[in-house]
Amino acid sequence: MKALMFGWEFPPHILGGLGTASYGLTKGMAMNGDMDITFVIPKPFGDEDKSFANIIGATNTPIVYKDVDWDMVERRFGYCMNPQEYFDLRKHIYADFSYLHTNDMGCIEFSGKYPDNLLEEINNYSIVAGVIARKEQYDVIHSHDWLTYPAGIHAKQISGKPLVIHVHATDFDRSRGNVNPQVFAIEKNGMDYADHIITVSNLTRKTVIEKYGVDPAKVTTVHNAVEPMSQEILNMAASRGTDEKVVTFLGRITMQKGPEYFVEAAAKVLQKAKNVRFVMAGSGDMMNEMIRLAARRNIADKFHFTGFLRGNAVYEMLKVSDVYVMPSVSEPFGISPLEAMQVGVPTIISKQSGCAEILHHAIKVDYWDIDAMADAMYSIITYPSLYRYLKEEGKTEVDEIKWEYAGKKVIDIYKRLTGL
Amino acid sequence: MKTICFYFQIHQPFRLKRYRFFDIGRDHYYYDDFNNEEIIKEIARKSYIPANNAILEMIKSSEKQFKVAFSISGVALEQLEIYVPEFIDSMKELVATGCVEFLAETYSHSLSSLKDPEEFERQVKMHSDKIKALFGQTPTVFRNTELIYSDDLSEQISYMGFKGVITEGAKHILGWKSPNYVYESATNPNLKILLKNYKFSDDICFNFSKYNWSEYPLTADKFINWISTLPESERVVNLFMNYEVLGSMQPAGTGIFDFFKALPRFAKEKSINFMTPSQIIDNYQSVGVFSVTHPISWADEERDTSAWLGNTLQKEACDRLYSIGERVRLCKDRRILQDWDYLQSSDHFYYMSTKRKSDGAMHQLFSPYDSPYEAFTNYMNVLSDFIIRVQQQYPSSIENEELNALLTTIQNQGEAIQKLEDKITRMKDASKIKEKEKEAKPA
Repeated sequence: MKALMFGWEFPPHILGGLGTASYGLTKGMAMNGDMDITFVIPKPFGDEDKSFANIIGATNTPIVYKDVDWDMVERRFGYCMNPQEYFDLRKHIYADFSYLHTNDMGCIEFSGKYPDNLLEEINNYSIVAGVIARKEQYDVIHSHDWLTYPAGIHAKQISGKPLVIHVHATDFDRSRGNVNPQVFAIEKNGMDYADHIITVSNLTRKTVIEKYGVDPAKVTTVHNAVEPMSQEILNMAASRGTDEKVVTFLGRITMQKGPEYFVEAAAKVLQKAKNVRFVMAGSGDMMNEMIRLAARRNIADKFHFTGFLRGNAVYEMLKVSDVYVMPSVSEPFGISPLEAMQVGVPTIISKQSGCAEILHHAIKVDYWDIDAMADAMYSIITYPSLYRYLKEEGKTEVDEIKWEYAGKKVIDIYKRLTGL
Repeated sequence: MKTICFYFQIHQPFRLKRYRFFDIGRDHYYYDDFNNEEIIKEIARKSYIPANNAILEMIKSSEKQFKVAFSISGVALEQLEIYVPEFIDSMKELVATGCVEFLAETYSHSLSSLKDPEEFERQVKMHSDKIKALFGQTPTVFRNTELIYSDDLSEQISYMGFKGVITEGAKHILGWKSPNYVYESATNPNLKILLKNYKFSDDICFNFSKYNWSEYPLTADKFINWISTLPESERVVNLFMNYEVLGSMQPAGTGIFDFFKALPRFAKEKSINFMTPSQIIDNYQSVGVFSVTHPISWADEERDTSAWLGNTLQKEACDRLYSIGERVRLCKDRRILQDWDYLQSSDHFYYMSTKRKSDGAMHQLFSPYDSPYEAFTNYMNVLSDFIIRVQQQYPSSIENEELNALLTTIQNQGEAIQKLEDKITRMKDASKIKEKEKEAKPA
């Protein structure tokens, strides 16, 4: 079966969980065999893993006819595509887009990030999708997250193939309820056009059904999984300067992630336990506010901010931690607790996160219940058997959460839709 | 001639309230009074009291042919005395018929038998004293918490003077043997063993109201017929269950009470009689040895102790608790001793089980907590506070043995001082009398 997928991020150049999840899922589907996947992203860098999917960059797809020769294409796009593909795509230009700003290759340049003119970039992406959708052969279209819904709809209108949209998050999660009407409109439109909707948790499924008014029969939950951790990371030595316990918050410091509850709980724990330090790793628009809050609670000497962590620093941070906390107010899934469990860190997660639906060996609390959260932190650092149990059982559990199984579920949905 | 032996268990723990770590060292009251009162009143209304009435009626209508045994844990009795005193009265009425026998167990329904032999003995004695005080009987047959039993245990049980013990007819121990005989302990042939017939017991406990069970509906007629058609030589059928089966696990609407009330009549027709455990032990000979090397119980699929000590959390909590047992027994503080009893209830460990599937659902059903981790955290917080209080009683630098010696010395000295003081008062009194006599003479 052939699938045309639209995504926004692809490892190793990722900005959030979306890239990791779409990569893992694609790979998991390929593991099930008999899948031919074409994955469209705005801007490839050439170092993506192409072993299981054919990657097409929107930024390398011509929408205006330019008479360029093979050498030129080789020179400009050779790092990420075969020039033949450029010429094939050029054959499928379907309208006159010369009024748009294109470069000397007849392509629109994409940033592949989340720029200020994001809505314009989303629109351009769907224009380019029209070319790709005409050129490629496929049985089903799969759009990852709202940024690519318009592209998916466009492809569906061209080919008449069924459209599956994958909801990794909704605007209700990102904004604690104050949705951006333009984003909402794009999401709603995507859901209306979709033949089937995949959500990453039952929590998200509920939001899709209740807030967007979608027929429940059309929505299926396929929980995310986690890539096995590479041996290199597992072997990485992590040393810490003190023998004090370390409790870690790791993620964007934004409203959605509930950082203030972490600080408040930390203040409670520090009243009682002295041999513990708290770390808030990451950056975000609430960071300064959190620094002030920690100072106000008089715990600044035991409460540390690391700023944004890059690459392996994330795993180093996890490895020196004794407890990982994710107090998210609303988390469609949340892959990072699974990563913490992979390196053997006991985990506390909020009941309002999607991964709570599949994890048993993690402590679950309501994000607002700072007493319970503090109690859980205190117990893990105080009672060794609880620490050991969560460490060992958590790892065993998370090692069984595989993308291959998630991929199988998605393929089953494809089969139902296409009748193949 | 066949014999049915009914035995019911009643136990309710003192459930703990939500106890956060910042309460450690500040708050020394651990119990969720509201919840405990609510639960025991509800269960007594739905089950214990109507069941008592039904049994009284059965005894009367069968002209005292119906016999039954109870095992009520000390902590359950305490709660019943406080919240449902009418139950104690109705139990006394049952006892007055002479058809009721009480079995011995540990006072707090504890796991002390597995962890702390000295504590085990203390708890059993405490329970027997309580039964004696309330109902005027001294139990002679023992049943351990949730029917936990092993060869090691049997030695101590017979040493404590019991003539019989009740346990689970666990399939993996029995093998081809039948539970419908009296057996004897592997360590002491004088200690007889009665085994639960899990087939017939479960038919009443779990299958009675199951619509999809092939034998539904179960009638007294049918049930007695099954028993009467057992092989001639299998003469004892032990039906052991929770008292809650009557009225709660099988609600009144299922007809469970009518089922029970009809049993004596059909049993009489088939000339099957009823006996209490001690009567069976007196009347039947043992047919062989029942040897158990690893402890068994009646809980969960495994029929072992994994329901309470299956994971490392449960083991740590239990080990921590019993690690201070010796020190607690040296304490005189009444509240410490009371908390010690309440904290030992096996239920606290049951809630920490991380089993899944049907057994896990059972654990979850009874648990007042959302998750086993919460159960562990809460219990450990309480235990931490308790340990601090125990350690505050006496300086921790002194070893238990030394402390014990010191305490004995102090007590002996106290007694000696008391004696001397008595002597002084007596002498003073005597000299006063003499003086009075002297004063009287010149006059």
